[in-house]
Amino acid sequence: MANRITIEVARYHPAHDEKPGFDTYEVPLRKEWVVLDALNYIKDHLDGTLSFRWSCRMGVCGSCGMTVNGVPKLTCATFLSDYAPGPVRVEPLKNFPVLRDLVVDTSDFLVKLGKSKPWIIRKVEKPLDEEYLQTPEELDAYKQYSMCINCMLCYAACPVYGLDPLFSGPAAIALAQRYNLDSRDQGANQRLDILSQHDGIWGCTFVGECTQVCPKNVDPAGAIQQYKLTATTEWLKALVLPRGGT
Amino acid sequence: MINPTEYVPKSYHARVSTYWWLTRWVYLKFILREVSSVFVAWFVVVTLLQIRAVTSGPADYGEFQRWLRSPLLLTLNAVSFFFVVFHAVTWFNLSAKAMVVRVGGKRLPGIAIAAPNYAAWAVASGAVAWILLRG
Repeated sequence: MANRITIEVARYHPAHDEKPGFDTYEVPLRKEWVVLDALNYIKDHLDGTLSFRWSCRMGVCGSCGMTVNGVPKLTCATFLSDYAPGPVRVEPLKNFPVLRDLVVDTSDFLVKLGKSKPWIIRKVEKPLDEEYLQTPEELDAYKQYSMCINCMLCYAACPVYGLDPLFSGPAAIALAQRYNLDSRDQGANQRLDILSQHDGIWGCTFVGECTQVCPKNVDPAGAIQQYKLTATTEWLKALVLPRGGT
Repeated sequence: MINPTEYVPKSYHARVSTYWWLTRWVYLKFILREVSSVFVAWFVVVTLLQIRAVTSGPADYGEFQRWLRSPLLLTLNAVSFFFVVFHAVTWFNLSAKAMVVRVGGKRLPGIAIAAPNYAAWAVASGAVAWILLRG
């Protein structure tokens, strides 16, 4: 294995660039190094002006999502040696506006996340000294979706979101489903009203790549298809029993 | 009272290429899956035409069979067959995504959802083959 590898990094400075270009750097190729280590090496030793987001370095915070050789990846979990002998091309997450270099504007995602109401909604709260108990089976029903770290790799992989920015997108819907499936939650109808609109679940054409790139195996594509089934069932129930069966 | 103005930084918005579906195999596979619906529709049309020919008598059915044997139709139907098989396989494999079946509190693996689809396909194909080939 060679001891150096070439990294091509997308560079964009809003003050004097019309569009992004690429700068090329040579970095050490170490077996234990991930792409984020290479970026930090560049920033510390080669070019201090390089901008990118990162925090935990252990696949928990979801900050360091970037496009590595065309595929959305968490750079803290993407080993350089997997791309040897290189070069490795690092770009910002696709489908998001680029603010500078590898930093994207996540505002649109955050607005959509809020609209899907990803929190427990109760009609009546229990007194503070009472617990909301759950069985292991009830926990298992939503646990997979609760693993989402909001890294937005799924948005970068989703061509529907790229073509139609109004689409709610994979993570927002998967997180809505996470709370719908939670036995303590009573807000499924509120979320359904929002997400059963055209820009919600029905915008998804089931490309499925959101699930493939998810570093936490959340399976947003599955969540959306299951949500479609729920929405259809609810629509049918409303058609057959317009007064809610009462 | 001061009315704060929200700071909107300048940013670069990349346009999605018209040929985005050629940039990665997974996207091309998705487009091929969607296109396969056209060939499924074509086989439905062929079947309807076949039913009409059968009900119109032996002469019309003979003419229909000659039409099916033309090089253009043979090529089109061979391509259609490939796409219909691709359509069935991709959707059967995806069925587990939409269906969550729990047995004893545990979610069944994807193969347990897809397998009955394949089994039903094999039984239906076997039944059709038996009807056509029994002599």
